[in-house]
Amino acid sequence: MNKLLPEIFIWPFIIGLAYFSIIVLYRFVRWTLGLSKIDKIRIWKGLRSRKTLDSAIEAFREGLLHRKIFRTNPVLGYMHMSLAFGWFLLIVFGHFEAVAYKGSLSFPVYLPIFFRFFVDGIETYPFMHFFASLMDLLLLFVLSGVSLAYYKRFNKKLFGMKKATRLKSGDRIALTALWLIFPLRLLAESFSAGQLKNGGIITQPLGNLFSLFVPLELTTPVTWLAYSFALGFFFVSLPNSRYMHIPAEVFFIFLRNYSVRLKKRVNTYSLVQVFSCSRCGICLDTCQLNLANIHTQSVYVLKNIRNKNLTDEVLFNCLLCGKCQQVCPVGIELIDLRITQRIESTLQYNSSYSYLAGGEVKQADVVYFAGCMTHLTPSIKKSMLQIFAYSGVDYWFMDEHKAPCCGRPLMQAGQYDAAAVLIENNQQKILASGAKKLVVSCPICYKVFIEDYNLPDIKVQHHSEYLFELMQMGSLPKRLTSEKSIYHDPCELGRGSGIYDKPRKLLSNYTSLIPIMNEKEKSLCCGGSLSNIKIQMSERDIITNNALDEYLQYSPDSLITSCPLCKKTFARGNKIMVKDISEVVAASIVQKNKSNACADKKVLEQAL
Amino acid sequence: MGKFGFSVMETRTVNFGELDNRLLGYVLENEASFLTCISCGGCTATCSAGNLIDFNVRKINLFLRRCDIESLAREIDKCMLCGKCTLVCPRDINIRNVVMLIKKGIVKFRNE
Repeated sequence: MNKLLPEIFIWPFIIGLAYFSIIVLYRFVRWTLGLSKIDKIRIWKGLRSRKTLDSAIEAFREGLLHRKIFRTNPVLGYMHMSLAFGWFLLIVFGHFEAVAYKGSLSFPVYLPIFFRFFVDGIETYPFMHFFASLMDLLLLFVLSGVSLAYYKRFNKKLFGMKKATRLKSGDRIALTALWLIFPLRLLAESFSAGQLKNGGIITQPLGNLFSLFVPLELTTPVTWLAYSFALGFFFVSLPNSRYMHIPAEVFFIFLRNYSVRLKKRVNTYSLVQVFSCSRCGICLDTCQLNLANIHTQSVYVLKNIRNKNLTDEVLFNCLLCGKCQQVCPVGIELIDLRITQRIESTLQYNSSYSYLAGGEVKQADVVYFAGCMTHLTPSIKKSMLQIFAYSGVDYWFMDEHKAPCCGRPLMQAGQYDAAAVLIENNQQKILASGAKKLVVSCPICYKVFIEDYNLPDIKVQHHSEYLFELMQMGSLPKRLTSEKSIYHDPCELGRGSGIYDKPRKLLSNYTSLIPIMNEKEKSLCCGGSLSNIKIQMSERDIITNNALDEYLQYSPDSLITSCPLCKKTFARGNKIMVKDISEVVAASIVQKNKSNACADKKVLEQAL
Repeated sequence: MGKFGFSVMETRTVNFGELDNRLLGYVLENEASFLTCISCGGCTATCSAGNLIDFNVRKINLFLRRCDIESLAREIDKCMLCGKCTLVCPRDINIRNVVMLIKKGIVKFRNE
């Protein structure tokens, strides 16, 4: 039987595998060579360290078991795991099986893949029945994932998803091939089992059944050929489809663990991240732009970068709230990737701000930088000044009258060189003040002061952190009211800077906070973000009102935030009292002053 | 006109036939909300850059409409993109996008 048929049917698989290997190897080499010299040294050092083992473990956990997707949705996680891990086990045990069969480590590369076609008389070899049944069970495991994948096309809700990504033609070919591989393998193995009696607990009964009414002489080679073609097509289409994420993600995990980082300009590490996107679409559902019917989510940006057709309309229409980055199972740095793309796209038109020179400087212990947005919400500014006066701090209000912007809005818009000019100007003044602390009222400013300013020996604090510190030192009055409030995490302070607990601990001295569903890492964006250059105000209103409606479900007395822009945006919704955290603290000072005044008055009256 | 002793000064004329209005078209096409500007001056009043130097958002609109690209390029360079203008605008005009479009457009049409 074997001799009658030439082994021609293995060639689609062999050609596909060879093409795939060459392209992937070429890309890995090109990506590595494109990294900066320091990054190459990092990799070289990392290769011989523990990081390599850690990366391998992480690659196994995320690339095969898909632990993070399990956390998003168990059914979705199972689907990915059964396909990836199941296939991996099929390959591994397939090789063990071939070793047991051959009794040596040398066998042709295609033998484990088309094993049942070649194996005759399994009784004479060791463990063959065991392997046959094990392989059948593994195949069943993979097939359960494939059938879930079929089903997902009709019912996404079971997988916790409302939206799925739109497919390109390359993706379609790869997807169809992938869907066909395993059913064809089951059929081919069953047909062979019908002829050669070499099947396991599933393929053997199936084979016996088929042998009753199927002309196995004819169907067996044809099905194996089809199986080989499905594999070949999958491998050939892989490098140009989203399935390139399989090798790229592993590569990405290693580079990340070797401390390679994104730069302010696009380099091959950005490309590695772009290619690591599996277009799973988990970022789609989490994006609040959906509410305004805007479809510029991270997965599409990465796809456009790969296809070299990214437009400004897509690139700049994003709130940079960071929700997608939080849920991305691959851990792609979606915000920084988008910002570097913005930097690249606006390189030709940065501002010089030649009019900026020096400026007034005062000596003080604390520098207070309110920020542009705080100047639009004067109650925050007023509250902070009250608190400074109450606690007797020696401070300098840096941007009280004249000071340039902090530079973060320019940074978000990709105007890196322009932002650097503003940063330099502010930096010099802050250093000249001799202060040990910089207090900032706006989380947008806070982030740029932390990340892009060079302020050695100066502690930068957002005012919520600073007030918390004052509270701990006993410099602020505590006054718990009966008010119930919701704390809204600003994107730049929460997901952007990881400050969640200090504002909450501070507020617990003044009001009782209602725990809500979307808080901390999952908190909503107010819709006002300066990062979005393209969105219209009417579209922002939809996002704002939706967030407000969610908060109103908990019927709070007030909404407390710690960002002037969030406050301004929510106040525009006109649905609930919106306060800044500094106002809550300042209100207790005013109250205390009032009661002191009353006491003084009583003393005075008694004296009279 | 000569009869009455009046003449038209060169510097005070705008010849619409000769204007290069590609930039104006580009900006309005990509940010239509700018058409609704009522020149109220709210943006200029709140402007962070305007607080430091002579900078007027309304002048930008004027230069753009007069297709005076040179003056426009000089003025637009001063904007710090802080976004206060966008927040105070009573017409909800996306002024930051207007600024970015002008910056991009100047380079784009200079090269064409």
